[in-house]
Formats: sequence, structure tokens, C-alpha cells
Amino acid sequence: MTVAENVRTKYEAVIGIECHVELKTKTKMFCACPNEFGGEPNSHVCPVCLALPGALPVANKEAIEHLLLAGLAFGAQIPPFSKFDRKNYFYPDMPKNYQISQYDMPLTQGGVVRYWLDDGTMKECRLTRIHLEEDTGKSTHAGGGDGRIAGSRYSLIDFNRAGVPLMECVSEPDIRSAEEAVAFLEALKRTFVLLGVSDVKMEEGSLRCDANVSIRPVGSTDYGTKTEIKNMNSFRSVHRAIQSEIERQIGIVESGGRIVQETRGWDETQGVTHPMRSKEQAHDYRYFPDPDLVPMEIDATRLESLKSRIPADRLPWNRFARYHGEYRIDVKQASQLIENLPLADYFDRCVEASKNPQQSMNFVLGDLSRLANETGTPVADSAVTPPHLAELIALVQARTINSKIAKELLQRMWNGEGSPRAVVEKEGLAQTSDASEIEKFVAEVIASNAAAVADYQSGKTNILGFLTGQVMKASRGKANPALVQELLKSKLSP
Amino acid sequence: MSSEKIDVRYVAKLARLALTDEEVERFGTQLGNLLEHVNVLSELDTAAVPATAQVVESRNVERADVPAGGLDREAVLAMAPQRQGAFFRVPRIIAEEG
Amino acid sequence: MSELVRMSAARVAQAVNRGDVSALEITDAVLAHVDEVDDRVGAYLTRLHDLARDAARTVDRRVRSGERLPLAAVPIAVKDNMCLTGTPTTAGSKILQHWLSPYTCTAVRRMLDAGAIPIGKANMDEFAMGSSCENSALGVTRNPYDLSRVPGGSSGGSAAAVAAYEAAIGLGSDTGGSIREPAAFCNAVGFKPTYGRVSRYGLIAFASSLDQIGPIARTVEDAALAYEAMAGHDPMDSTSIARQVEAPGTALREDLKGVRVGIVKQFVTERLGATIHAVYRRAYEELEALGATLVEVDLPTADYGLATYYLIAPAECSSNLARFDGVRYGLRVEGADVGAMYEATRAAGFGAEVKRRILIGTYALSSGYYDAYYVKAQKARTMFANDFRHAFASCDLIASPAASSPAFEFNAKSDPYSMYMMDYYTIPMSLAGLPAISVPCGWVTPEGGNRPLPMGLQLAAPLFEEAKLLGVAHAYERATAHATNYAPEIDSQESPTEASTS
Repeated sequence: MTVAENVRTKYEAVIGIECHVELKTKTKMFCACPNEFGGEPNSHVCPVCLALPGALPVANKEAIEHLLLAGLAFGAQIPPFSKFDRKNYFYPDMPKNYQISQYDMPLTQGGVVRYWLDDGTMKECRLTRIHLEEDTGKSTHAGGGDGRIAGSRYSLIDFNRAGVPLMECVSEPDIRSAEEAVAFLEALKRTFVLLGVSDVKMEEGSLRCDANVSIRPVGSTDYGTKTEIKNMNSFRSVHRAIQSEIERQIGIVESGGRIVQETRGWDETQGVTHPMRSKEQAHDYRYFPDPDLVPMEIDATRLESLKSRIPADRLPWNRFARYHGEYRIDVKQASQLIENLPLADYFDRCVEASKNPQQSMNFVLGDLSRLANETGTPVADSAVTPPHLAELIALVQARTINSKIAKELLQRMWNGEGSPRAVVEKEGLAQTSDASEIEKFVAEVIASNAAAVADYQSGKTNILGFLTGQVMKASRGKANPALVQELLKSKLSP
Repeated sequence: MSSEKIDVRYVAKLARLALTDEEVERFGTQLGNLLEHVNVLSELDTAAVPATAQVVESRNVERADVPAGGLDREAVLAMAPQRQGAFFRVPRIIAEEG
Repeated sequence: MSELVRMSAARVAQAVNRGDVSALEITDAVLAHVDEVDDRVGAYLTRLHDLARDAARTVDRRVRSGERLPLAAVPIAVKDNMCLTGTPTTAGSKILQHWLSPYTCTAVRRMLDAGAIPIGKANMDEFAMGSSCENSALGVTRNPYDLSRVPGGSSGGSAAAVAAYEAAIGLGSDTGGSIREPAAFCNAVGFKPTYGRVSRYGLIAFASSLDQIGPIARTVEDAALAYEAMAGHDPMDSTSIARQVEAPGTALREDLKGVRVGIVKQFVTERLGATIHAVYRRAYEELEALGATLVEVDLPTADYGLATYYLIAPAECSSNLARFDGVRYGLRVEGADVGAMYEATRAAGFGAEVKRRILIGTYALSSGYYDAYYVKAQKARTMFANDFRHAFASCDLIASPAASSPAFEFNAKSDPYSMYMMDYYTIPMSLAGLPAISVPCGWVTPEGGNRPLPMGLQLAAPLFEEAKLLGVAHAYERATAHATNYAPEIDSQESPTEASTS
């Protein structure tokens, strides 16, 4: 149900995001089993992650450091003391029937995620915390019900994923629209990929998120009743689901109803949220500090060392400020670059070498990306090095070659023929701006295109383009096109 | 803390223990009795005392991110009370367990 | 009974390393003896004939090739809550009755690497919850000194095995006294190291912050030998300490000159009745006779020990035992849905005491009660640690009874709380993580009884001072030789009628 624009603008949406991100480590959180996607079911298990009697957890150092890096990138505080707690509840894909998580003393607190909208506006969403926990196994439901729990007769469990390290990121309800929510998630994703802490692939389940959504009249500072939205499997679902929920809530409030606090699941096919079976009372997780693990104390030296590993200028929002703010690259293109880490890194090196962000961007997002698509080789892995591209740009700027030649040159550089200057010299590709040379071609073309010339002279000025093209062809593309046009015009005017 | 009655059925539910009526009755009495003994703790002035986090004083016990060990899959599935192919099989889950 | 069977661990290792006797000979003698007496004693749930003989052959091969093994051919009982690959590891429970462990407990692995021979998996109170072994769901163990009485618990099988010469060393686990009390009941030495000294990896968890593995033996020297083999840092256990294990043998001494022994003011032994009080008074005098100075120390929190323990231990166990749900291993009782399956499985698989502790533990952690119970108990625990630190400022060791009485008859303690009271003297040390040991200190013949029953003296030391503790215990043992006063005359005792266990 869509809500009329004038009604929609009466309300403000208040949204918080909670997401679980699988960390990219070689082993699981509390045991040395491989942390690998796919794999034969129940082939990456051991006494610890299967919760055999007598097994004990030992924390993965890399996972802890990954999480700390992520927190530091967002400017979070790292409290001096942190611990693991047991979250007790029963579920067949959770071997111990408790999850090792963090309750009241998470590894990081606070922090801010910066992101941008399609119109270039920078926004901020504060983080409440990021904490470390372990993932559950995977269950598939069978015997009816089309794979869903309801209607199934039994379930099959694969424990490969049980024990994989997870970051749980909880945001404050600072987000104000579905668009913002997606931009927030994109910024998270870019940051995690940059730091190498996670691949963040929703399709593979390495990012799962829930949204808390409520509305309130514009100008109000009270919080409306919120609902929790689950089961969104892609950024697009997140957008659609949040949008749908906002509209649903507005519809209810407008017609005098009240929002029920509940959990709602997104139905991708129907495009709506449905209430999920309410949990029996609220869960009593009986949190207590895990006696099998010892506390963590992150000292200043370790913190400093971790901080120094964060590449500040490559953080997504800093890149955006640079690309859009400084270089004046438009939002869409800036986002396109930032979306692709190797490409953005490549772009930065080109800018550094050429001092020409606009041209660098044109080539990178234009011809180079086209070549990458055609050949299957990513731009950053191609034979076109940033210094070479910078050279090419310099040649074009100096009008030593024209843009058509530049395209050809680029192809040859891509094929591994070396630096642009070398090729230009070897092939004599330098653009001709010698008027006498061009005049010869112009004369040639005028002579062999009598009909076109007649058309032009009788007022069809657009024929100029055709005639220019013919001169370019005759000169094998080397003529300076601007000059060609000038000469044609002067020769053809009576 | 005065003597309180434990809601044995509720606690048993949390702990996933089916109890007979007789057990509910018997355990209720026995646990109530234990709780009365345990209540002496309220006599202790613990206001300024921190809870024991850990008896050992170690901190930051961590392991390098290197794969090792693991159990053979057949050995693992052989332990399963019910298996189906390469999976552990359980009766249907009723939506939100917990 | 073959002399080989009576040998101490130290002597067995020495003889085998010297080539005087083979590991296989010793093992066969012990196995034959087990087959003779264990139908009456019931120490073992599983006898490991084949595994033992294989291990013996391996030891013989290693010794022949020139290796000197600290525990060469020493026959050991392994409490059935310690995983040993390929053996049933049941924790005395129906829920694991048929489960074969696919991996081995670190402490057991170390003992075997040192040359020890696993004779059998020893009976125990279910999931280590109990003080008499009566809570085992899978078998009955009787006290070799009086078959109509309990061997103590929860490491009852290990203690009985050692007493009946069915092993030289019994591996036990101690949470609130489960090594010390059964050792006292069975005329043995029972040693619980400092928390964290011995890895818990592969020990089926009861209360994680209290559980410790330790040896039961017929002499302090043997206990020290076993401790040295099993102790030390284990990367598989995050709570295992990285501190160097001192070779305890070097601290074994002959007298106690200069040692200050603390007697706890609150441990009023008169409460235990005249006969028992007399035994302990004499034990304390024996310490003095060896040159020790007795000092009164104050443990103001002593009477809060049981309350503290019976909140913390059940709370941790309620969480540790959640994994027994019929999904991945062990007993399963079918249900219409997985929730029903959990409930039916756990109802059928767990005995009454286990259920009680899970219930009280779940309650203590539950919303609304967590602060008042669990947190409060953890604070009381800090007070115990402080009390001991204070006490050890004026003494080197603390001496006390190891149990409030000698072995009692089956079904004597039907009220759960009266059973809990057995741990009164041992719990405070567990709460503070202190190393503690029980050594035989005398005999009493109970009223109406006709056999003398052994009693144990508990000694406790500050954290990490195992060497000092073992040294003093050794001196006391050598000077008094209480353990050698009576032998367990298993054959001459009448076969008691089957004891019923609730």
C-alpha cells in the first residue's frame, strides 16, 4: 500500500539497524576448524564446535583483532576490560544450547558510521556497540512446508557454520529512511571489505540484518512503538521491506490505529511483512560470564598498533569527501568507484600520478572499465599502470593526440604494448595539427563528395559532421578534429 | 529474602526438563528447603565486594588463526542418534524455539 | 593376591624401567585381580582389558628401546567423566550410557604418554554430583573396607579401585570435595591441585570454575608422581595456568619443623561427635609432634560455604548440561517436535540429583534472581578468597577434617541437604581455588559396626604451593602410617544384598 506524499511528509521514520557479520578468518571463533563457506556438510567440525562432552573454547586472536579494527575505523571506544558471556537458550543448530556472546562488556562501544545519499548529502548514524559472538549451524527444514519451518516434518542440521566468528553491530535509531538504511549498510560493507575483516556477502549469509522501525510526527522527539523486521536477504530487500513497513505504520496511525510491538518477517515474493509467531514471553537468556574463558584487557600499546593499521584516506566516507567534495566527481560515479575497492585504489594511484582526477575518472569508469568487461581482466590487474595512464592523460591534455587516438592507444596499452609515449613515437600516432597537411585531406574529401558539399552549401549544416568524419578517415584519425572542422567551414563557405 | 516458592514448572520449561506431577511436588519441597539454607547469604555484607570474575588471573588467552584438528565426518555422524545422509536429523522445530 | 598388584606406582615404574618385570606382567596381574574382586566392589563401569594390554605392550616396547617412563606400567583407574578415545565415557549417566568418546582428555593423554595403563573407567556420581557414588545411574560401588557402606563421591569408583588394589592411581575430579572425600572414605590420598594447574579439556564439565582433575593414590609420593605427569599448561583449556610446575618430589620432607599449621576457628570438630573429634584432635597433635606449630585462624565466611557453592555450581552446571539434548550424541527419546524430544530425552536421561541441580541453577540465573543469587554467591566467593589470604598471613597450611564423618551406609542420607553437608570442610578450598589434599589420619569403628573405617585429614595451601603441600602431607604420612593399620578384607566380607540407589 502506498501512502500519499502529503500524508507521508507528516511523519518521520526512525530506524535502527542490527546486523551480524561473519568475520573472514581462517578458523572458527573458539576452535581451529576451518572457517570456509560451502564444503560437505559436517566436515568442518571438532569436539569444541560440536559441543561434545568435555570440550572447551579458546578465543581466536584474529577475530578479536578484526573486530577491534572495525570498531576503531568507526571511532568507537575500546573499554579496558571486556569479557564473554553465555546466552542460554535451546535450539537444535546451537550445539551447546548456549551461545558464547558478549552481554554487558562488549569489545567496542559507540562509534559513528558516515554514509552519503544519492544527492551527495553526508549523513551519520551512531553505533551503540560492536561485539563478538559465535554463529550457529544451519538447519534445513524438510518433509513439507517448502523449506520453511512451518509445515515441515523434520529438520536437517549441518554444523559447519557452528562456531564461525560473528560481529554484531548495533546502531542507534539515527536512520531516517529506507534509502539511508541501505547507504548505511553500504558504508559498513565498504569498510569491512577495506579492512579485510569480512567479505560481507548477503547471498552467502556473511551479512544478516534486522531493522527496528517506528514512525513519529515530524518535529516530535518521542519514540513511537517500533517493530522488528527480519528476513531481508539483500540490500534491495532491506530497502523494500523498510519502505513497506514505514508505509504500513503510517497507514495504521492515520486511520486511528496503534502499532503493535512485534517481530515481522519480510516476504520477498508478496512484498509485504507478516507478523512472526511471537516468542514465548521474552527469552530469559540467563546471561552470565563464561567461566571457560578469561577476560580481555586491550592495552594502549595494542590499541595504537591496531589504529596504525587503519588506512584513513581509504575509508569510504573519506574517499567520498575527496571524490565528490574535492574532485567534483558526481555522486553516482564516486559511489561506483568506492564500491569496487581495487578500482578505487587504482583510481587513487592514477590521480596521484596524473594530478587530474576528472580525466582519471573518465578513463577508469569509461574505456578501462569497458575493456575490463570485454576481457574479463579487472582494471587494477591490467597492463595499464597508473603511471602509464597518467602519461596518456598528459598527452591528451597537451593535444599531442586526440581522443580517438587516445582510445586506440589505450587498447594497445591494455594489450601490453608499453608506455603511451613509446607507442606514439613508434607508430607516429601524434595528432596532426599541421594545417597544410590537413588541407590536403580536406581538399580530397571535398572533391569526392560533391553531393554532400552541395547539401551543406544549400543550408544543411549538419552535413558538416559527415564531412569531418570523412576527413578523419582519410587522415587515419590523426587530424586534429577541431582544426578539420575549421578548415572545412572556411573552404565550403562561399 | 523470605522463603519463596519456586515455580518449578516454569523453571523446568526453561531447562527443557519434562517433570511428572510427583516430581514437581517433590523437587518443589526439596529446592525450597535448599533455598532456605542458601538464604543465609543475605546476611553477608557484600556491598563493597566485587564478584569473582575468574579464579585464575590470566587475561587475553588467545589462539593463532591456524587450522588444525577436526573429527572425521563418519566418526561424527556415527554418534548421531538420528542421521540422514550427511546431516543430523531432528523432529520438526516449532518456529521460535528458545 | 599377587605382590605385583600391591606395588605402589613409584615402585612399579622403577621396576619396569629397570627391566625387573614387564608392563604386560603387571597389567595381566591387575586385570586378573580386577576380575576377582570387582564384582563385589563395583569400582569399574567398564574394564579395559584389550586397551590395557595394548598399552602395556607399547610401554614394554618403549622401555626396551631405552625410554624411561615416569609412570611405566602404572595401572590407573580413569573416572568415567574423562574422555578416552574408543571407550564408553558415561559420566555415570543414562544419557551417555552408550556414548564412545572420539577424543581423549588431555590429563589422561599425559598419564598414558608417561607410561600409565588404563585398567578401567571408574564409576561415579552422575555428572559428578554427589558425595557417595549412590547417584550413579549405571552401577553400584561399595567401600572395600566395608561393602555395606559407600565409597564416597563423586570419584567413588576411582577411590575404591585404589583401595582394593584394582589400580595404583585413580584419576578423580574435584568440584566441592569429590576427590578428597572419597579418598578419606577409602583410606587413600586424594589430591586436588590449584584450579588451573591441570587441564580440564576432555573432562565432562560439571561446574567450570571449580572442577579440577587430580590423583587418588595409596601414598603421597604416588600422588605427587601422577600430579607431575598430568599438570601443566594446555592450549586447549583457556583457564589452564601457564605457571611452571615445580617437581613436587623435591619438596617431600620428613619433619615439619618451622611449619605453621592453621586450625580454623569455625571448624568446631566437637560438633562431629566425641569419637570423630578425638581422631582429629590426635591428628593435630601428630602434626605438632612432628615439629609444626598450631595456629588458630579465622575464616568468618566458613559457614556460608555450602550456600555459596550450592548456587554457583548448579548455575554453571545448568548451562554445561544443556548440550545433552539428543541431537548430536547420547540418548534420544523421540518426541512429536524437537522441544518435546528435548524434554523427554532429558527427563529419561538425567537422575534426580542432576535434575535438582539443573533446576536450582536455572533458577539462580533467571531474570529477577540473578543478582540476588548468582552474583551474590560470586561476591561471597571473593570473600572466601580474602579470608584465606588473610589466614595464610599467619600460617603456611590449614588443617581440617576432610569429611564430617567416615563412610556411611547406603541410603543413610536420603535428604539431599544432609548429603550436601558432607562437603562442608572441602568446599571453602574449592571456592578459593586452593590446592588441597586428604591423607589417612586414623580409624573409627562406628556404633553398631564391626569394621574400622578410615578417616582423612585435609591439608590446604595457598595458591600454587603444591610442592609445600605435598611435602607436609608426605611427612605426616611417613610418621603416622595410619593407612597401613588395616587392610580391605574384601573376600572375608559377606556379600551385601543389592543396595538400592534412589
